[in-house]
Amino acid sequence: MFDWKWDFTWEILPRLVYATGNTLIAAGAGYVIAVVLGLMLALAQRTPSRALTFTVREFVEFIRSTPLILQIFFVFYVGPQFGVRLSPWMSGMIAIGLHYACYLSEVYRGGIESVPKGQWEAAIALNMTTAQKYRRVIIPQAIPPALAGMGNYLVGIFKDTPMLSVIGVAELIHTANAIGSENYRFLEPYTMVGIIFLAISLPAAGLIRLFEGYVRRKLGL
Amino acid sequence: MLDKTGFPLEMTGEDTPMVSFRKVRKSYGALTVLDDLDLDVSAGEMVSIIGPSGSGKTTVLRMLMTLERINGGVIYVDGKPLSHMPKGGQLVPANERHLRSRRADIGMCFQHFNLFPHMTALENCMEGPVQVLGLSKAEARDRSEELLEMVGMISKKDQHPSRLSGGQQQRVAIARALAMRPKVMLFDEVTSALDPEVIGEVTNVIRQLVSEHNLTMLMVTHQMGFARDISDRVCFFYGGRIEEQGPPAELFGNPQRERTQQFLSAVREAV
Repeated sequence: MFDWKWDFTWEILPRLVYATGNTLIAAGAGYVIAVVLGLMLALAQRTPSRALTFTVREFVEFIRSTPLILQIFFVFYVGPQFGVRLSPWMSGMIAIGLHYACYLSEVYRGGIESVPKGQWEAAIALNMTTAQKYRRVIIPQAIPPALAGMGNYLVGIFKDTPMLSVIGVAELIHTANAIGSENYRFLEPYTMVGIIFLAISLPAAGLIRLFEGYVRRKLGL
Repeated sequence: MLDKTGFPLEMTGEDTPMVSFRKVRKSYGALTVLDDLDLDVSAGEMVSIIGPSGSGKTTVLRMLMTLERINGGVIYVDGKPLSHMPKGGQLVPANERHLRSRRADIGMCFQHFNLFPHMTALENCMEGPVQVLGLSKAEARDRSEELLEMVGMISKKDQHPSRLSGGQQQRVAIARALAMRPKVMLFDEVTSALDPEVIGEVTNVIRQLVSEHNLTMLMVTHQMGFARDISDRVCFFYGGRIEEQGPPAELFGNPQRERTQQFLSAVREAV
């Protein structure tokens, strides 16, 4: 019943490994964008400017309430109408980075709000500037409780990279599709993609937990 | 020179108090916490604030540390307005920039210590001098180690707060505040969160400060014996006002007001 062909599996493996590299790059670059932009979105919601807070909050809600694939299409297909012409790679990473930045901003927000009020007051008593308060006191304490959520979204962004196949980014699914249509065989490429995703996601989740423990110890928390 | 509401733009002269509350009012919505508070503290004076909870005593310190905005009146530190700033011959509510320039004169220790948990004892003390005062790391380290030595915490300087007892954390917190070289130190119920057997190690540090340094200090406390021992003056707060104040021997030994008498006898019964 199973018609698994090992020689075909070995033959396509190099292409899949190459595509894995692309997937990791897309996920990694998207995540870096999300981590940095997410923090900025979280901080922007804490400024005294009500207009800025409101705008950013609505933007975050909008992104979180619409599908990622729509945002990918928007950046790639609608962008050019506004003169923003980006490659599939760039569009994909921006869309996915932006999408996850909004989720991460909520994770950061939770982390920042978990810092006790006394820490802010101690920072005021030392006459710190707002920037110093965040940089030296609040963010270092907001990150450890946020790490679990940040790790979940790292695995999440990795699993969402197949969405980029719709605009032609040669990540794993895109490559598996191509192999399948060229050879009229889908069992091996799709199975291998599943195994590759599993082989990366599972250890990643474990590593994130280890890292979380390490950071907590390092910060003496 | 007075502004049009009658508050001086600056206080000058020999007898200018280090801290001066002039008709200071604080309310949260309809609830008035402090009502027209007038309180002067001279340079080098140690003033203890006692009173039942809800009498507004902690609010006095929090306003002086600029943790709370005031709703009326003016607070002066070292003759210059803290809560307000002069603008066109008038006093207007201070902006953040003015607060930062005036706040440097004041240091505060909190009931729950509020040490930075991600820094060691030494790093806690060095943080302000390095980041805020712009000292070099070496200078800040020398200054901090000297202070940790003074509070008896030098052997624990590389420990994080989570590894220290409450009394030890509070001593580090005192060193951290002193490292900023404030003119005025505020102690907000610094022994209230401590186990009875370690209260002494913190009060001894404060005693030492009183005897060896010429700091102006305001202390909110429930330790009546301690307040009596070390204060130059004790203020009894009741219902957002100073009900009675005077030298500790008089206030504790011969209180004039009925509420003071009631409070003190209630406290004595509790001990």
